[in-house]
Amino acid sequence: MFDYATLRVIWWALLGTLLIGFAIMDGFDFGVAGLLKVLGRDNEERKVLLEGIEPTWEGNQVWFIVAGGATFAAWPMLYAVSFSGMYFAIALVLLALILRPVGFNFRGKIHDPRWASLWDWVLTGSGLAVMLVAGIAFGNLFLGLPFRFDDDLRMNWHGGFIDLLHPFALLCGLVSLGMLLAHGACFAALKADHAIAVRAVAIARWTTLVFAVLYVLAGVWLAYGIPGFAITGPVVTEGVSNPLYKQVVHGSSWFAGYMQYPWFWAAPLLALASAVGVQALVGRRSVTGFIASSLMVGSTIASAGFALFPFLLPSSLDPRSSLTVWDASSSRGTLQLMLLATLVLLPIVILYTSWVYRVMRGRVTLEQVRKAHGGY
Amino acid sequence: MILIDADVVTLSRLQFALTALYHFLFVPLTLGLVWMLAIMESVYVMTGREVWKRMVQFWGVLFGINFAMGVATGVTMEFQFGMNWAYYSHYVGDIFGAPLAIEGLMAFFLEATLIGVFFMGWERISRIKHLLVTWFLALATSLSALWILIANAWMQHPVGSEFNPATMRMEVTSFSEVFFNPVAQEKFVHTVSAGYVLGAMFVLSISAWYLLRGRNVDFARRSMTVAASFGLAAALSVVVLGDASGYTVSLNQKMKMAAIEAMWHTEPAPAAFTLFGIPDVEQRTTHFAVKIPWVMGLIGTRSLDETMPGIAELVDAAKGRIGNGIQAYDAMLMLRQDKDNVQAKATLATHDKDLGYALLLKKYVDDPRQATPADIQKAADSTIPNVPVLFWAFRIMVGCGFYFIALFAFSFWKASTRTLDSQRWYLRLALWSLPLPWIAIELGWIVAEYGRQPWAIEGVLPTALGVSSVSAGQVLASLGGFVFFYTALAIVDVFLMLKFVRKGPDGLGIWPPAIAAMPSGQH
Repeated sequence: MFDYATLRVIWWALLGTLLIGFAIMDGFDFGVAGLLKVLGRDNEERKVLLEGIEPTWEGNQVWFIVAGGATFAAWPMLYAVSFSGMYFAIALVLLALILRPVGFNFRGKIHDPRWASLWDWVLTGSGLAVMLVAGIAFGNLFLGLPFRFDDDLRMNWHGGFIDLLHPFALLCGLVSLGMLLAHGACFAALKADHAIAVRAVAIARWTTLVFAVLYVLAGVWLAYGIPGFAITGPVVTEGVSNPLYKQVVHGSSWFAGYMQYPWFWAAPLLALASAVGVQALVGRRSVTGFIASSLMVGSTIASAGFALFPFLLPSSLDPRSSLTVWDASSSRGTLQLMLLATLVLLPIVILYTSWVYRVMRGRVTLEQVRKAHGGY
Repeated sequence: MILIDADVVTLSRLQFALTALYHFLFVPLTLGLVWMLAIMESVYVMTGREVWKRMVQFWGVLFGINFAMGVATGVTMEFQFGMNWAYYSHYVGDIFGAPLAIEGLMAFFLEATLIGVFFMGWERISRIKHLLVTWFLALATSLSALWILIANAWMQHPVGSEFNPATMRMEVTSFSEVFFNPVAQEKFVHTVSAGYVLGAMFVLSISAWYLLRGRNVDFARRSMTVAASFGLAAALSVVVLGDASGYTVSLNQKMKMAAIEAMWHTEPAPAAFTLFGIPDVEQRTTHFAVKIPWVMGLIGTRSLDETMPGIAELVDAAKGRIGNGIQAYDAMLMLRQDKDNVQAKATLATHDKDLGYALLLKKYVDDPRQATPADIQKAADSTIPNVPVLFWAFRIMVGCGFYFIALFAFSFWKASTRTLDSQRWYLRLALWSLPLPWIAIELGWIVAEYGRQPWAIEGVLPTALGVSSVSAGQVLASLGGFVFFYTALAIVDVFLMLKFVRKGPDGLGIWPPAIAAMPSGQH
């Protein structure tokens, strides 16, 4: 079908697509959860917010599961190194993801304000944790991570959780937080009772502004303060998936790709244009405002992915061990089969997901929530 | 060479076993209960009788609590391969990752997307559409099990793949062999049937409790009737297909089979089945064995003249394979120096199926080529799984299986003659049988997975080599976290389950309609 190099690029793009799908679809669930205590002033208002995301959050979270599974299948080394290396960071995300399904289901099962409040905090905390940690982890990709392979390709990691908290990575965490809180607020503006939606609009404007400023700041820092990685010598795109066959230098620029392919600039420009779009639209046309925030999320992640290309996971300890698109993939047969599976199944997923959103459309009003005290 | 810490191996295995066994408390119930919901809702749509809809809603509440726990604990399983089994993930991700990813795309997406409509869509879509949602939900859960078991079956019987020395990992040669692995098919039917038995028992037992209390009588009788018929079919299938699974195991994992049977030495065909006995690992014999002639040979080989190898003979065979494996290992290292070495390529091609056996030596010696005969003996002995545990786990599981057939057959007869609530001892029996399917299911996991040891991938990758390069302290911390949060969640789960069972359809205002407050919309 395709040659190995093309398949690898396609799978790099698909990995990006799944991550963006996760950030857009589950991102607003995290955002709404993170803003739960700010947007919802009492139990009923928080119920309105939660009922807005309740019918669909579970399907949204599968984007993450599938992104994880696809990484396992298409980029096994990336999956193995990142999950085991960032052990405690991943464990924190895992804890957040474990507590979400039970939080949504258990919250309404006992009628006691303390019980509801407990789960409100759990959902808020897990939302904030995932948004922050995801950004911090992404930021660390630009700094390089402290790992190396031995000749058996067994990975060894020299560092701990604290080492991930570099100021640049923390800034990336805040970019992620601002972006997804804005996205969540845009969803609340679209879905929640008007009384709450007004508040959501104001928060969406603020968080978008904060996001845009921090995003530009991170870009400038990346350009002038963070050395990039580059493959030296011939770049073998059709070779075997063994990172140790190449040479890498740490000290170039992360903007080299942007200079080589000027169309990459479309991504950061779109991210900023969408931020302006959110400012302009969220108060007046909530659907278009939400589309703008989705574009903002998608193009921000794409802009980071473009800068990293062809690197997936650079190693600061032993640059040669860095994982790139050209030497960390599965075999050609696996990439091919997984591409086929994705091309057939993902459109079907999008089809029934759209149907579900259509069935569950409409604002959740305070009146509805008051009326529906069925108790079970 | 990075040395592997034995504590990391032990702790990682403990964590995996605990989280998998815990996850496996919820998944089978989801698998079974969702079909009960689909059956009940079908009756509702066909007859239009409101009570059947209310049955779906009541059992749906319990289903929802359990579903949330299944989803929450399932995330752990996907994360854990990368977090704690990084070398495993690298070594076999090329094959093992694909069914997991396809499971997400084909099944879990569908399941998780429809669950919201199932609970909150009653008023928003037509009856027929809602029924379709429930059916697709049921199909998706079973489909999910299929892909997970395809991945698991490959760990038991790694087909369609070969070792690639350039990438130091297993790579796929034929996905159709991986997907149509005979072990996968038998495991799938056996496992989902076990889930169906659990789902049926759950409804049967709780309904019996209502009948004992004289509450929700017509509601409980109807539920019991569905449970009895569905349970009988499932119990028959779990035993018959479990037997098929035994046959496949005996073909592909002879050591696991010999350990289950505590068959220390090859017996003349057809071998006897040891009904009872006390396996003695030191002496390599089984004391007080009560044997039924011929039965084992028939189950294991489907013939009267084929012999089944005993443990001692399999250890000898393992020694031979370790010898071949060392040659393959040597060839692999030569290829690392010179990837065009023709002779090394030929040696590896001849012996690559035994490379995993050389890796068993890594536990005792850094370089398998330096192994002494004593090391080889130790490595060969290490291929024997824990015989007494497997022996007993298997017998209790099978005993439960036959009991389920009897109980559901009796229940079915009582349901047919409309005498379900005529005898209180029967209702008590049905109530107190509730834990048994869970016990059988957990033991089944132990037989299948603990019985696979010392291998992560049978004959290919020893479990001890699969771990991540993390510290014992890290694993201990995450293990402690799991124990803490899983215990807390278990307490909440049991508390909520009991609370809603006690409230019952009457207390929740679901049925009878006279006191039904709100029709639906909430869960």
